[in-house]
Parts: sequence; C-alpha cells; structure tokens
Amino acid sequence: MLKVMSEKELAQKSVGYRKKILKYIYQAKAGHTGGSLSCIDILNVLYNHTMNVGPGTFDSPDRDRYIQSKGHTVEALYVVLASRGFFPESDLETLCKYQSHYIGHPTRKVHGVEQNTGALGHGLSLSVGTAIAGKLDKRDYRVFTVLGDGELPEGSNWEAALSASHYKLDNLCAILDKNTLQISGPTSAVCNTDPVDEKFEAFGWAVRHVDGHDIGELVTAFDALPFEKGKPSLIIAHTVKGKGVSYMENQLKWHHGVPDQQQYADAIQELDALEVTLA
Amino acid sequence: MDATIENIAVSQRANLEVFSGTLQHLAQTDRDIIVVTSDSRGSGKLVPFGQKFPEQIIEVGIAEQNLVGVAAGLASAGKKVFAVSPACFLTARALEQIKNDVAYSDNPVKLIGISAGVSYGALGSTHHSLHDFAVLRTINNLIVVAPADNFETEQAILLAAETDMPVYIRFGKKQMPLLSEEEKTFEFGKGRVVREGSDLTIIGTGETVAPALLAADKLEREHHISATVVSMHTIKPLDYDLLRNIAASGQPIVTVEEHSVYGGLGEASASFLIQNDFHNRFKIIGIPDEYTVTGSQTEIFNHYGISEGGIAAAALGLVR
Repeated sequence: MLKVMSEKELAQKSVGYRKKILKYIYQAKAGHTGGSLSCIDILNVLYNHTMNVGPGTFDSPDRDRYIQSKGHTVEALYVVLASRGFFPESDLETLCKYQSHYIGHPTRKVHGVEQNTGALGHGLSLSVGTAIAGKLDKRDYRVFTVLGDGELPEGSNWEAALSASHYKLDNLCAILDKNTLQISGPTSAVCNTDPVDEKFEAFGWAVRHVDGHDIGELVTAFDALPFEKGKPSLIIAHTVKGKGVSYMENQLKWHHGVPDQQQYADAIQELDALEVTLA
Repeated sequence: MDATIENIAVSQRANLEVFSGTLQHLAQTDRDIIVVTSDSRGSGKLVPFGQKFPEQIIEVGIAEQNLVGVAAGLASAGKKVFAVSPACFLTARALEQIKNDVAYSDNPVKLIGISAGVSYGALGSTHHSLHDFAVLRTINNLIVVAPADNFETEQAILLAAETDMPVYIRFGKKQMPLLSEEEKTFEFGKGRVVREGSDLTIIGTGETVAPALLAADKLEREHHISATVVSMHTIKPLDYDLLRNIAASGQPIVTVEEHSVYGGLGEASASFLIQNDFHNRFKIIGIPDEYTVTGSQTEIFNHYGISEGGIAAAALGLVR
C-alpha cells in the first residue's frame, strides 16, 4: 500500500529526483536532461500518490499502468522506479554502459517498465489498447501516459485520440508535458499544435490545464479523474524544460545537453539550496 | 494448355475464409480472442465474427498504425489479439509499430495480412505486398508465415493463438487446392514435403506451392523429371534442417514466392546454402524489381512465371 505523502513531502522528493537525474546523466555522459527535468514532478505524483502499482504488484492484472510515450526522458522514469523499489538504485550506475539493461529509452528488461518506447507517437495507441482490455475485463485499473508536446505532430497520436473517445475510455489519462521546446526549437515554430486543448476537446476528450511543477495542482487533477464519465482525460501540464536548474531552464541546448563538472556542481548546489528551503 | 489453380481448387475454400472460420471456432470457447480491424472486417470475412462476438471485435477505422499499437496494448493485458488488415498496409504503414510495439516489446500480437502478395491484382502496387517477407525477416522476435492451403491456414491460426510469440501470417483470397491428403502435421519453422521426387526440388511458399505442384506433375508427365515439392510455409524461422537435407542431394533447387525476388524465401535460402558450402544450381522465381504488370493475380503469376509452365521451364533450365 502506498504511503500517503503530503504535498510537502512530494515536493521534497522532486528535488531529490532532480539531483539523481543529473547525477546519472552526468555519470553516463548521456541523457535527455531538459525533458527529464520537465516531466519529473508528473512522474513523482503518479508513482508516489496516484497509481496503485509498486514492485510487489507489478504482475497484478489490476495494477494501474504507466506507459511513457516520450521515451527519451527515461532518466526521470528510472529514478522514480528505483525510489519505489523496482530495482536497486545502484543499477543506474550502469546507465547506457555496455550490456546494461538501462538504455536511453524504456524497455521491459527493466522491472517496472510496461512497454518499450522511444520512437515517438506510440504510447497513446498502446495505452488505448490497454485501456480497452481493462474495460473488456471489467477491471478498475487506469492507464496513464506522458506525451511530449514535440511528439504531437506524429499522426498516430491523433489516430489513437480518436479511438480513445470512440471507446469512451475514461480509464485513460494522458498527460501532456508541455515544455514548449523540442530539439530544433520552440514547438510553436517547428510545428504549432496550439490550441491543443481545443483539438483534444474536438476529438472528444475532457481536458484540464495544470502547472506541471505545482505538486498541489497535479494531485488535485489526478484525484479528479476521470474529468468526465465516458471520456478520456488529458492533463495539459505546463512545464519548463530544464526545470530546477536555472541555467538550464528554457534553454534548447539542454534538450540532451550533459553538464560538465562545474555545471554539475552548480546544479547540485542550487538544488541543495532549494532542498533546505523545503525542509 | 496449362492447368490452372482455379480448375483444381473448386472444392476448396480460400485461405481467408478458413482463417475467418477458425477464428470463430476459437472465439466460441475463448473470450480472450480479440480481433482488431481497420475497416477491414468485410475484406477479412469477419462480418459473421463481429455478429457472433460483438464484444470481441475492436474497430479502429482506417488507421493501421493505431491498429497495431492498440493490438499490442490489448496483448500486453493478456488478450489473444489478431490484428487484421490488408498485408500491404499492415506491413508498410504500421511497420514501426510492428517493430517496436509488437516484436521489440514482445507483445504476442497475431498480425494477419490479408489479400497478400498480388491478390489485389489490377488494383496495383499500392495494394500489393511484395516487400513483407523481406522487411519482417529483419525484425527480431517475429515468426513469419505464408500458409499454402486450407489445412496449413487453419493450423497456423490455431498455433498462433496458442504461441506466446508475435506472429505474422499472410494469405490471399483465392480458393486454394489441398496440397496433400496424407501429411497432417504442421509446425512453425518446419517445411512440409508435399511431393516426393528424385531429380530436383521446388520450394514454394503460400499460394505459389499450388503452381509448383502443377509444374512438378508437368515435368513428370512431359519430361520424366521427378520433382520434390516443399511448402516452406514459415519464412522465419526458416527450416534450415530441411534445406540442408534438400541441398545434400546436390540436385537443383528452384524457389517460388509471391514476393519480390529481393529479400524473401529465395534469398534467405540461398544465403543459408552458400554459407554452408552448398553449391546446388539455384533459381529464384518471384516478382522482379520492376513496375509490376497490370492484371489479375493469376495473370501476374503467369506473366512472371509463377505458373505450371513457368516453374517447369525454370526447372528444366537447371536440370539440363
């Protein structure tokens, strides 16, 4: 059973997760830094507050499912799964190393990972199929998927969005990590998808906006699921790429930038200071 | 005048119909059998299935990528999922979903490519699947099957429902003759010898095995050449033991497939043989690398020598 955590405890956890994301990316000299920092608060609340899944229940047919559509920000998922006890955190010392299971995208070789993702635009269809199975089997589990705003132009997302409302999948919740930056520049300049709320609403979804770094808003939104009976839910989480490290925030180069020794030290110092204020 | 598949197949059904019937049979006792279609229930002969088991058919509309992704999600939750779509769209449009969501993620979806090869005939290349063996062979963790007759189709569907691996099965919509009355074993990865001979071997797959048999009869009748005929229904894993046994005789080998001559049964067989020091005379019959001729499936087969006369002529060229 998941321990009930206060919003303060969750906020503290997020800082710790950010430090670990940076640590393992720094050590591996590889990773998707900015996006992992933008979606970590969402994953924190999902795994420490919302979902009924843990290492002991991962084989249960009734567990809630999480499928990471934006697979590249796997470092965020790894540190959360490790903290939930799915595997020893020391495993992450092997991140991206020769013969490690801990590669740069989620795979089922890692305990706790539901689906192998990495190619964009796949998570929503996988989630729709899993949610349909739950309805067919009259099970109460819910399916969560985090989408990146950069992957929304993949047409498969919109195919899946149609099916989700066609089958009235109110057991499905997609969270859009809307950090507004992708590898080539601002998402609005690369391929504008706004107004994304109206698009999903037109596709038959119930949509809410949250500050994707406000633990309280995330908790409130997840607690309110489904937003409408008979409709899939979309949480548009407004986030900051690189959140928590001032020199990384909203800077494109940190999409998959790796900090050097000094930058790493600066980042940890900043997060340590934040930790003190939250204590 | 050559014999044709049509005039020897009148008593048999299309493999497509056998597929549909077998699936209904399975669904009667297994509520986990789920069919996912992309507006393909008519072309997949699945209307009766949908009427009898409305809760076990998921329609996603014309959206093949979503078809395969949704099928993978269902399979991950324990369903025995048959994702049914014309082979041309299923294996090209949704190739990345097959590669990642099914094979790489090890979600044991049964991918059913209907109206495969040139079954759609004069509808043209958009509707032909002459690439599927080649591309799917390169994907790890996927069984690739082209059953030849009604028996092989039924067996393939029954086996696919039970196996915990992803499987791709492709077939056409034409009535097919029964290959053999005697042999009644079927296993993925084990080719079937459907005619014993002593001078050469013709290895077919899917709907080309029937013309291979006609060609063998013609060779016997007109040239006193005795041909073995094999139905190599599983393209991957290929039956290397059988290939080795065939090649050990030193006799010529002809392969026949409803697929590009690139990357399919013929090249897979040749690759194995050459790397194992077999140097039999060898001919690949298939669709050449060109703008495919317009016609019905039979006309296209005849044009490219996937026919009684064409296969026999190729065999004669190797024997003499």
